[in-house]
Amino acid sequence: MIELLILIPAGAGILAFFVASDQSRRVLLISAALGQSALSIATWIVPPGPAFGGWLAEDPLGRLIETLTSVLFLAVAFYAVAYLREEARQLHSDFEEGFIFSNAREASFTGCLLLFLAAMTLVAVSQHFALLWVAIEATTLASAPLIYFHRHHRSLEATWKYLLICSVGIALALLGVFFLAVAATSPDGSTIALMVRDLRSNAQHFNAPWLKAAFVLLLVGYGTKMGLAPFHTWLPDAHSEAPSVASALLSGALLNCAFLGILRAHEICVAGGLAGFSDRLLLVFGLLSMAVAAVFISGQTDYKRMLAYSSVEHMGILAVGVGLGGAAVFGAMLHVINHSLTKAMLFLVAGNLLAVYRTKNTDGVAGALSVAPVSGGLWLLGLFAITGSPPFGPFLSEFTILKAALDQGETLVAVAYLAILAVILAAMATPALAMAQGTPPEQVAPAHPKSKALSVVPSILGIAILVMGIYIPPVLTRALREASHLLG
Amino acid sequence: MSQVINSLLVLLVLTGFTLLGSSRLAACIRAVGFQGLLLGLLAILMQDGKLSAAGVLLPLTTAVVKGILLPWLLFRAMREADTVREVEPLITYNVSIIAGTAALALTLWLGQRLQLPSEPPSSLLVPAALFTSLAGIIVIVSRRKALTQVLGYLALENGIYAFGTTVALRLPVLVELGILLDVFVGVFVMGIAIFHISREFDHIDTDKLVALSDVG
Repeated sequence: MIELLILIPAGAGILAFFVASDQSRRVLLISAALGQSALSIATWIVPPGPAFGGWLAEDPLGRLIETLTSVLFLAVAFYAVAYLREEARQLHSDFEEGFIFSNAREASFTGCLLLFLAAMTLVAVSQHFALLWVAIEATTLASAPLIYFHRHHRSLEATWKYLLICSVGIALALLGVFFLAVAATSPDGSTIALMVRDLRSNAQHFNAPWLKAAFVLLLVGYGTKMGLAPFHTWLPDAHSEAPSVASALLSGALLNCAFLGILRAHEICVAGGLAGFSDRLLLVFGLLSMAVAAVFISGQTDYKRMLAYSSVEHMGILAVGVGLGGAAVFGAMLHVINHSLTKAMLFLVAGNLLAVYRTKNTDGVAGALSVAPVSGGLWLLGLFAITGSPPFGPFLSEFTILKAALDQGETLVAVAYLAILAVILAAMATPALAMAQGTPPEQVAPAHPKSKALSVVPSILGIAILVMGIYIPPVLTRALREASHLLG
Repeated sequence: MSQVINSLLVLLVLTGFTLLGSSRLAACIRAVGFQGLLLGLLAILMQDGKLSAAGVLLPLTTAVVKGILLPWLLFRAMREADTVREVEPLITYNVSIIAGTAALALTLWLGQRLQLPSEPPSSLLVPAALFTSLAGIIVIVSRRKALTQVLGYLALENGIYAFGTTVALRLPVLVELGILLDVFVGVFVMGIAIFHISREFDHIDTDKLVALSDVG
């Protein structure tokens, strides 16, 4: 069953390159996304057994990330079909510089989307560290063409930075995997396969200096992909230049997969009695990411870049949550879900606003509530949710982390955490309100999104964010508790 | 046997210096390709005579991909991009070489300090591997051309692979092939990106890629 989770999108992805008709290719995208997410929800009812000798298996942590990725992909797929229909014209003029450009072939875009999903699923269900590495590098390769959908020099620059910076980062993570293998080798030369379960149960006997070095390399390597400062430099460019469909998946799904890579390494450290070491590192990089994001969000004039830096901030929050340990880990796991839903919605809405106002500059957008009521309303809702205002989901998870920090007596961390959140709230609320209210620029005519999916999909995500703030289903609470149990 | 391994490792270090000091793009591509061949040979020799089919075929595949296929791809990218065949560093070659020497000293010192659980086949192995990676990183940050940065990435990867030969014998074949496939597809995609960059900008200098920035 686990194989199918990967084979469905992989097969459909390869097929998509060869389907000539746009219509049937879009049907293929939707049906693959539907089939795969139905299957991953089924794994909650009938837990699948391990496959390929235990290499692929679903543990609580992997299942959480896998299902979140599938469901989010399904939502984005519906949006993508509508978006691709609108974009089907041959030539486009650039919003910022006015030149004419064309898009990549829709077939390769759809194919890469599906292969991207297959790679992310493989990340979530990998139980072997080297296979996990292969899968994470595969996500980079499958997603790079998505960023270069609009064929112009800015998206090309973003794609190049993404490819090079992430590949170098992930190469360091490979060195980390080898270090882990060294750490797992006992003095008599006998060694342990790099399976998460085996490593965890033997971690007490590992060579501590090598294990520490391995964790540092894995943190830096996968942290580059996850967007932890100071390795985040590719992230704002890629997120702002990619089409909104791709940005939503990069932020909502891909960053979680990279985070999972770090969590696996952290699991081994916790089991090996080095929790103190990995906790501190996660805490430092988490707070640093939040602080760097706060600096660049303040005064940011490009709203897609603002969302991208907000992703850096939230990856920092996740790292802080896991670094604090205890109840904060539960908060971090909950925040993974809340951030993904909210950020995916925001990027999709940003795409709608971009289509109406034809600018990414916050100053160029005003009166969104009257010009595009649904998108304008969701934009406002999303920005308040992402900055941690009640009653939305992110508030609940951010508050859980804060409370855990205070309970543990980490007052300094709590104060810094709260101060940064306050700065970001102030920095994001001003443009959010200015964009939603006021009189729209003259040349902008009231526009109804041509396709319903463009407003229905973000609306559904918006409702989910609201629900997550009020009621968390018991089955989810149990899953989150099981997942956080592995992480100390 | 250890004599042969040691000489191959010295050659590996020399290719690192070639990469750092050469002004010709073609020479750099050849140096990185030669590294690939060396890695394949090293991986076979490290096995101490206990040869299995997978133990020979896998290093051979590595040698073919990294030593022949990838250099061929890069030569093609160089011709298609029709670029000036100079490396165009941001720092002078002398500084590159000095940085390389410092990196070598650092890795030799590290090699003394790092205690591997089981004795590696050669005491030079860890320093040579880490030096190759560091040389790759120096090239990535100090060169202007996209193509040279890919060469730096490959050298980084080669160094890590060389380190991996001490432990990688215990990695399953499928995973090793997966790693190799990722590197190959990675360089392939980068090659396509270079082609687009050269068409879009009439050059492949990455220091002109500065439209996107929040600093200054």
